[in-house]
Order: sequence, then structure tokens, then C-alpha cells
Amino acid sequence: MSLRIVVCVKYVPDATGDRHFAEDLTVDRDDVDGLLSELDEYAVEQALQIADEADDAEITVLTVGPEDAKDALRKALSMGADKAVHVEDDDLHGTDALGTSLVLAKAIEKTGYDLVVCGMASTDGTMGVLPAMLAERLGVPQVSLLSEVSVEDGTVKGRRDGDTATEQLEASLPAVVSVTDQSGEARYPSFKGIMAAKKKPVESWDLEDLEIESDEVGLEGAWTAVDGATERPARTAGTIVKDEGEGGKQLAEFLAGQKFI
Amino acid sequence: MAEVLVYVDHVDGAVRKPTLELLTLARRIGEPVAVSLGSGAENTASTLAEHGAVRVLTADAPEFADYLVVPKVDAVQAAYEAVSPSAVLFPSSAEGKEIAARLAVRIGSGIITDAVDLEAGVEGPVATQSVFAAAFTTKSRVSKGTPVITVKPNSAAVEAAPAAGAVEPLTVSFSDKATGTKVVSRTPRESTGRPELTEAAIVVSGGRGVGGAENFPVVEALADSLGAAVGASRAAVDAGWYPHTNQVGQTGKTVSPQLYVAAGISGAIQHRAGMQTSKTIVAVNKDAEAPIFDLVDYGVVGDLFEVVPQLTEEVKSRKG
Ligand SMILES: Cc1cc2nc3c(=O)[nH]c(=O)nc-3n(C[C@H](O)[C@H](O)[C@H](O)COP(=O)(O)OP(=O)(O)OC[C@H]3O[C@@H](n4cnc5c(N)ncnc54)[C@H](O)[C@@H]3O)c2cc1C
Repeated sequence: MSLRIVVCVKYVPDATGDRHFAEDLTVDRDDVDGLLSELDEYAVEQALQIADEADDAEITVLTVGPEDAKDALRKALSMGADKAVHVEDDDLHGTDALGTSLVLAKAIEKTGYDLVVCGMASTDGTMGVLPAMLAERLGVPQVSLLSEVSVEDGTVKGRRDGDTATEQLEASLPAVVSVTDQSGEARYPSFKGIMAAKKKPVESWDLEDLEIESDEVGLEGAWTAVDGATERPARTAGTIVKDEGEGGKQLAEFLAGQKFI
Repeated sequence: MAEVLVYVDHVDGAVRKPTLELLTLARRIGEPVAVSLGSGAENTASTLAEHGAVRVLTADAPEFADYLVVPKVDAVQAAYEAVSPSAVLFPSSAEGKEIAARLAVRIGSGIITDAVDLEAGVEGPVATQSVFAAAFTTKSRVSKGTPVITVKPNSAAVEAAPAAGAVEPLTVSFSDKATGTKVVSRTPRESTGRPELTEAAIVVSGGRGVGGAENFPVVEALADSLGAAVGASRAAVDAGWYPHTNQVGQTGKTVSPQLYVAAGISGAIQHRAGMQTSKTIVAVNKDAEAPIFDLVDYGVVGDLFEVVPQLTEEVKSRKG
């Protein structure tokens, strides 16, 4: 039977742009260019490699996000994923991590899956909690933060490099995995891939399709509230010297003045 | 006063510093009750008591080490049900965040991650977070359920605050999901003898400018002269010159030391995300236009192979 892989991806504001907040204190997604979160490219890449190893596999990329989030799906399709699902609904604006995990879990169940692959965190929210939440909601094993992953005979294996130890993990499918940016460079879409992506199916679902009430999500339904956001004051300009042979000593003088030496 | 559950991060009974910082924050919003799991859990009690834990709930079982995360979620949930706390705090480690995430789903509570400060508020604890690569500071709170909050290292001072710290065994019955992900093997990381990156008062980092693994001793020598931890940019890590555990930045560690020294690092946004909140920042870079110079208190435009060894010598001679 075909291995059904669902890759969860996020469309994020470009980190090198001038990111800020909208008036309602949600992330402003209008004034900064968006893209497929770089950390999710690693997830797409690992899914493609797992699919290559499998006899028969089908990769669905899934995103929850506004209209523009289709760009992220297109990118993943052009890298080689087979089809895409876009969950879009006006009532989703302002949904927090718990709400997002609810929507993703319902969409994953509706899609049907053996393996869910996520990136390690989004590059905008950076929470890194979605994979664990999805495993909890779906009731399947969590095999997370992997720098190496493989699937064989219905078992997923991987290496997790933690703070204090490196662990080898193993779980039976179905399972949720997340991969880090140490898992291997993501491929660039080829010209052929980009052309092919245009013909690949993208399904759109709204909350009703997923049987989710609108008050379970969105700003109103959020489990957390942001009360204020202030821009960090720019650091006051420091002293810059050019090394004319004494740069190390000058720096030492500065550090001594600050009582570090 | 309401009790606040604090998840204890320890290695065989040795409590890691971020947990002690959590106790400082927990005391601001209630009475800390610690949950300490796994081998050596009971040995954590005296340290936790010295820092304000009124009770220490402990449990040990092979499942905690043999399976990933879920057994600990089961245990924290048991503690949550036994204590009915006003908030649950975790260190923002990879594991801490995952346990917190699953607990939040189970108990139907909002979650805030990576707080850098915590205060009592009229509507519950208010968390300060540093977002968009530390360009913004936000204040948030959990608006539904019992707040579940993870806190970054170095977010509060460790304070002595002697309390009873009575050890109470916690009864945990594992869910059928507990054994889903097997830890087949575990290789502990070798200690370098240097301070822990996220806990160090001084961090010295090297980037692509260091030019190779064989040159990293230049960075290490400066670190050792200052008693500092060693960090690296992703470019240096990706090139295989330094271990990923030492990476500073968005996909590595966030550090917030008293002093951050960047050698041969350009200062990309993803690197800044991990070090921008350092108290004092200095850099050595041969490119006067490198963005890292926008952040520094003191910068030297020059070749790191000239400047850094000279600095190291000077530090050594001044320290005598
Ligand atoms: C999703 C994502 C996550 C990322 N996460 C991280 C992260 O966690 N941490 C991180 O660091 N990066 C991260 N990056 C990468 C980041 O964008 C940069 O590519 C990286 O930080 C560059 O490292 P660098 O400054 O060492 O190298 P470069 O940008 O190449 O800079 C090297 C610097 O060294 C200087 N130099 C060269 N030789 C010398 C010399 N002899 N003496 C003095 N100076 C010299 C050069 O002038 C230059 O400024 C991430 C990127 C993405 C897309």
C-alpha cells in the first residue's frame, strides 16, 4: 500500500524584511513579502527522500493560512510534492498555536496519513510546539527534532541531537516527525518541477469542511492574548576602531573598563 | 497563596540552572511546587528547597528514560491534577517545550513559550517575550485555562529562598501512548569543561571568518582566558568546524550573556536572533560594513587572526 505522507508547512513573513505587528497585535502579513518557511523546506526535503526510498508514496503538503499561503504550497509542489491542501477561512485570523494544531490535526485526518512531517519551528512564531501538539491530538507517536530520519517496514527511525545527549529513536507508523535544519540541505525546484507544479491539484478547505466551529479558533477563540508589543530600542552606536596593530589591546582596554577583565 | 507547578530539568539529580531561575519567577506568582522525574529525582529536593520549593513531587520509572516525552507528560498531568496549580512553568529546553505543548492540549490551556520575564498580573501571570529576532518585546498572557509557560535560560537571577521542600512521591499511571516512541540508545554529550553556552556570563563565538576547524583554538583560547563558553555561527557549524550544540541563533541556542564576543561573524538576522539581547557586544570583523557592527558596543575592524590572539595575551597578562 502506498505510504501517505503529509507535510505541514507555513507561509511566513520574510525574516530579512522589516517584520512588525498589525493594529490588533497579530503578525502583520501585508507589508512584508511572504515565503515558505525555510525550516519547512527541510521537512519537504526529508519527505521527498523518504518517498524515494518507499516503493510507493504520495506526499500531500498542507498549510493553514491566508490566500497568499498558496505560494508556500506551490514551492513545495515544485520541489516534488504530489498534491496540496490549503485550509483558509476568514475566521482563522489570529489563531494561536493550540487552535492551529486543532485545524491541522483535523485536516491531516481528513487527508489520511501514515506519516506527518513538520519542520522544527516556524521562522516567525518560533515556538516549535506544533509537532508535539499534533502527535497529542492525533494520538500517534512523536519522533521529533530529528537530524536524521528514515522509514522502513512501517517503522520510523531517527537521530535526535539534544542538549545533553544524542538519542536514537524509533516508533511505529502512523507517526508525527519533525526535522531540524541539520537534516540536510533542501533541493531547489527545477524548471521542470516548477512547470509540473502548476498542474498539481491544490484543494481548498474551510472550517466547515473540517467541522470546526469558528469560536474554537481565531483571535476570539485564542487561548492566549497579546496585550502589548514594543519595538526594542536600537542599540546605541558603539565605538568602532580600525586595527592598526593595537586592535586587540584596545579591545582589552575597553573590556577592562567594563570590568570584564 | 496559590501553588505554581515548576518542571525540574536535572541530570541524574543535578538541577540545571534554568530551573532555579524558574523558581525565582514562580515565587513572584505563587508558591512553587516542583515536579522532579526520573533517575536521581529525589536528590534534587535539597537544592530545590533552598531556592523556594515548598514541595517536591518525585517519580521514577524506567519509562522516563526509555521512551520520548510522553511518560513525562503523563507525570506532569498527574501532578497538575493533584495540585490544581495556578500556573505550570517549564524551562524552554527542547523537551520542556514539548512536554508543555502536550500538557496544554490535554488540559485545554493556552501556552506561552520562550518567556524572558514573568510578573503577576490582575488577569494572571504576564509573560514578556522577545520576538522577530529580538526586534520587538511583547507582553502576553494565557486567557483560557491554567497558564502553561516556558521560560528561556537567563531570564531571572537565581535566588536563595529557603522553603520546606518536602519530598512527596507522585503516583503516575502511564497512558497507552507513553511507550509510543522508544529511545533505542542514548549517548551523553562529552563535557568540554567550559561553561554551558546558555548559562555563561561571557560567550565568545566564531563564524565563517575563522576559516576552518583547525583555527577554532584561536577562539577557544580567548574564551578560556575569559572563562567563557564557545559559540559558533551556523556557517561555521554547517562547514563542520564546530558542533551544532554550540550554534548561536534562531536554530541554535539563544544566549543573553553579560558579554558577547563575535569573531568573523557577519551578523545575519538569524544569528542576531540568538544573541541580540546580550548586555555588551563586541566584534572583530575585517569588513567595516558587516551588519554585526550595528549592534556592538565596541568593534574592531581587522583580521581576527591578529586581533584575537593579541586580545587573549592581553587578557592573560592583565589577569596575571
Ligand atoms: C531558517 C534559517 C535559520 C538560520 N539559523 C541560524 C542560526 O541559528 N545561527 C546562525 O548563526 N545563522 C543561522 N542562519 C544562517 C544565517 O543566515 C547566516 O548565513 C550565518 O549566520 C552566517 O554565518 P557567518 O556570519 O559566520 O558567515 P558570513 O555571513 O559568511 O560572515 C563571515 C564574516 O567573517 C568575516 N571575516 C572573514 N575572514 C575574516 C578574518 N580573517 N578576520 C575577521 N573577519 C573575517 C567576513 O567579513 C564576514 O563578515 C540561518 C538561516 C536560515 C535561513
